[in-house]
Amino acid sequence: MVQPQSKTENSHYVLEAKNLEIYYGSFKAVTDVHMNVERNKITAIIGPSGCGKSTLLRAFNRMNELVSDSSIRGEILFQGQDLYASNVDPVVVRHRIGMVFQKPNPFPKSIYENIAWGARIHGYKGKMDELVEYSLRQAALWDEVKDKLNQSGLALSGGQQQRLCIARALAVQPEVILMDEPASALDPIATLKIEELMQELKKNYTIVIVTHNMQQAARASDYTAMMMLSKDGERSGTVIEFDETKHIFTNPKDKRTEDYVTGRFG
Amino acid sequence: MSELNNTQPPQMEFSDDLRRRNLSGRIWMVVFRLSTVVGIIALVTLLLNIINQSAGYVHYEAKVDPDTLRVDGIPLEEQSKEQLMSVLQNNLSSGAYNKLDRDKPFAERDRGEVYDLVFDRVVKYKVEETWLLWDSLTHSREIKASVPTEQSGTELKFVVWANWDFLRRQQSSDPVLAGVRTAILGSLWTISITILAAFPLGVMAAIYLEEYAADNWINRIIRTNINNLAGVPSIIYGILGLAIFVRVLEPFTSGTLFGITDPTTANGRTIMSAGLTLALLVLPLIIINSQEAIRAVPGSLRNASYGIGATKWQTVWSHVLPNAMPGILTGTILAVSRAIGETAPLVVIGASTVIFFDPENPFSKFTTLPIQIYQWTSRPQDEFRFLAAAAIIVLLAILLTLNATAIFLRNRFSRRY
Amino acid sequence: MKQIILNYPEARKSLKRRPRWGESIIQGLLIFSGFFSIFTTIGIVYELGKEALLFFREPAVNLWAFLTGTQWQPHIEKFGILPLLTSTLITSTIAMSIAIPLGLGVAIYLSEYATPKTRNLLKPILEVLAGIPTIVYGYFALTFMTPLLRTIFGQDTVDIYNMASAGLVMGILILPLIASMTEDALSAVPRSLREAAYGLGGTKLEVALKVVVPAAISGISAAIIVGMSRAIGETMIVAVAAGAGPNFTFNPFKGAETLTGHIVRISGGDLSYDSIDYNSIFAIGLMLFFITLTLNIISQQIVRRFREVYE
Repeated sequence: MVQPQSKTENSHYVLEAKNLEIYYGSFKAVTDVHMNVERNKITAIIGPSGCGKSTLLRAFNRMNELVSDSSIRGEILFQGQDLYASNVDPVVVRHRIGMVFQKPNPFPKSIYENIAWGARIHGYKGKMDELVEYSLRQAALWDEVKDKLNQSGLALSGGQQQRLCIARALAVQPEVILMDEPASALDPIATLKIEELMQELKKNYTIVIVTHNMQQAARASDYTAMMMLSKDGERSGTVIEFDETKHIFTNPKDKRTEDYVTGRFG
Repeated sequence: MSELNNTQPPQMEFSDDLRRRNLSGRIWMVVFRLSTVVGIIALVTLLLNIINQSAGYVHYEAKVDPDTLRVDGIPLEEQSKEQLMSVLQNNLSSGAYNKLDRDKPFAERDRGEVYDLVFDRVVKYKVEETWLLWDSLTHSREIKASVPTEQSGTELKFVVWANWDFLRRQQSSDPVLAGVRTAILGSLWTISITILAAFPLGVMAAIYLEEYAADNWINRIIRTNINNLAGVPSIIYGILGLAIFVRVLEPFTSGTLFGITDPTTANGRTIMSAGLTLALLVLPLIIINSQEAIRAVPGSLRNASYGIGATKWQTVWSHVLPNAMPGILTGTILAVSRAIGETAPLVVIGASTVIFFDPENPFSKFTTLPIQIYQWTSRPQDEFRFLAAAAIIVLLAILLTLNATAIFLRNRFSRRY
Repeated sequence: MKQIILNYPEARKSLKRRPRWGESIIQGLLIFSGFFSIFTTIGIVYELGKEALLFFREPAVNLWAFLTGTQWQPHIEKFGILPLLTSTLITSTIAMSIAIPLGLGVAIYLSEYATPKTRNLLKPILEVLAGIPTIVYGYFALTFMTPLLRTIFGQDTVDIYNMASAGLVMGILILPLIASMTEDALSAVPRSLREAAYGLGGTKLEVALKVVVPAAISGISAAIIVGMSRAIGETMIVAVAAGAGPNFTFNPFKGAETLTGHIVRISGGDLSYDSIDYNSIFAIGLMLFFITLTLNIISQQIVRRFREVYE
């Protein structure tokens, strides 16, 4: 397991989880997580279902606290600042760390409004039309929808909806984009498009992606965090190995990781 | 992704005024909270207002001071029936006494009735002045000082209007002696008819719609129609009841069809008409609630039953209904409590506001609790308002019991799959 | 082990369909029950229509005067519905202006702000409020709201019977109805939409008002329309508190009888069949029936469209 680098270098990392534990009530869902997210890289979180991947991801932009009585222990640093400090506004956190969800969830509004909504609540100053076009282009959706911007976002296909959601996240200019199995509800071609898109986006953004598709992690990510239930019989998940993706898939240090990536798991 | 290269990113400028956003968030939260608080205050005020009028000091003037009617030093309240009868005999002319005996022989009257007669005929309390509960508690000294209790026949009593005698007594035009027994019995009779008519019909209709009806236009019309009926104002049912049950079906609803000739029966304005009218009113509610309960029974259960060769009705009767029954009962109780509180339709079909006899069969004239409340509320004198408040407490107590039963059923039997 | 012989001789014979008389009779009963509600509707329309027709056939009545007349005075043969209609509208408008903002506020609070614990505590209170018989609200209007209004605005301004008091209390009556229907509509909005909005950095208020409420708008409009229909058909509050006597006025502090209040007063006395009074309540009832029916159908239509979006 890669230990976090020394503290002085913390601007190097966009996100750092230290000794992180996440609880739902008294149930400890995630335990003892240490991991760092590097700028302009794609970091994948993989592991069997139910090991807390989504929970961990949602802790990075404080989405967890929308579930009542969830809490964390330990620290998550965003560019060196404690995300959970009492003076931090979760609204700002989510502005700067955006999220794309497992199932496409466009608002029941027009495509245009889907993009513009977030920008508007954050007091966007520039020309809205430009922002909508730019965001849709970034999400590689512009050509498909430019003639029907007033149509409902729900009228698009699943893959298009998901790219709309990505465009919507981009429109508020986050620094990090968290993706929670963004392609799991999509067909292979739509999935491929999303993966290509991620490669494009990492030039400007830092991406953390949860996936249960190991090929996807191997293809698309630069770093990989391998999560598992911490011990047999316990229900808390933890990161058992965190390294560059190529090491995880070719030369894992942990036997469990090896079993999992080679398909011998469970 | 080449399309990205020919686009310049737009001016990315956010003038994010978080202070303002959070402030308006807080203000609106207060607004939402406040509306909730206003709702709760309304409920509390409503209840307090009723409680405030349901007890308090009453200043009576008696024609004959009850203290002078002691027999061997025993006050009226503790006298036996025989002693009370002798009080009556001593204070009434023999003609008046014998007339009472002819109306209903004393042997058949219980002590409570004789006791009431003493007050009705001899003591003849008159309410001079009444006070609200709040005033009675906060200004009791002033009130006591203002009433010359040392005068013979003048009395000041703290009265809880909803008392045991209130439940026991029949209706009376004298507020001192008025009670709600007639009304409670009327409500019970009416509601029994309602349940007998609406429950089987409603459950069967629900079974038809959920288990038998194909999804075609006629059944869709039935469903829409039931939803619409549930939204029809209750007074319309009253008008319908007046036209159908009171008028057209008069031979049935007045009981003449069955050879019952109750002289008090006023041409079809009977318990039967009222019960059936309310049955029409609650039928859509029972159907909708029962449908929901039946829908909640999992399909796997039906498949299991069909899988061993049961017929449709066998499946419904032995598997679907037993599992849906708690839900159906809960829904029925809620619908029935709606019916118990209904006033308007019964006024329209002509429930009697003044009736001094207990209903004896479904073809009797009747009054019900809400009608009684309505009638007392419309009287200008304060003491009748207090009686109305007392009757409201009785009505709410009945409804609360029913609702508690429904909630108990729901929690006891809910979620077993 | 002894072999058990299963003896179902009938079943062995053939797979042919067998008549099951019991099943058929039961099915007949069920079908009858299912259709019974149709009979009720036909009964309502037929009876109201028939008697209303008799009413309009009376020489003293004509349809135009009925719809435009500003006087309802049966003893001088004036049958103009407007005084009854305006007071119905005034009481309902007052009621809705209380019930809509408060009801929406309560619903948004319950669905978006309250913790599950608070919600579980408050929802039964709403149910209790909704379960109180309307005659009790009528009593409340007369013995609390009216004296309160008279204290605030003066005995001379506010009549003992007045539309404002009835309307305000009716608002309290309808509040829980609107609140719980709206709350249902709000909670039916998928969680993923809220998450999307939060994920973009929306504040709680922005998520509630700009995403959840618009997404539930059809359910909310349906709730409001149902509330309106309820207000128009509400009887006992206005019968007790709004005044006994048709009165063509727009002053909410004056007493004026509504459609429903009039029916109650007329039929409360001894009403002889086939008198013009008797027939008139059917004409008024018919009008009431069509107003509320229209509102209910509109609301159901809206709800149906709403369902299609999410299911």
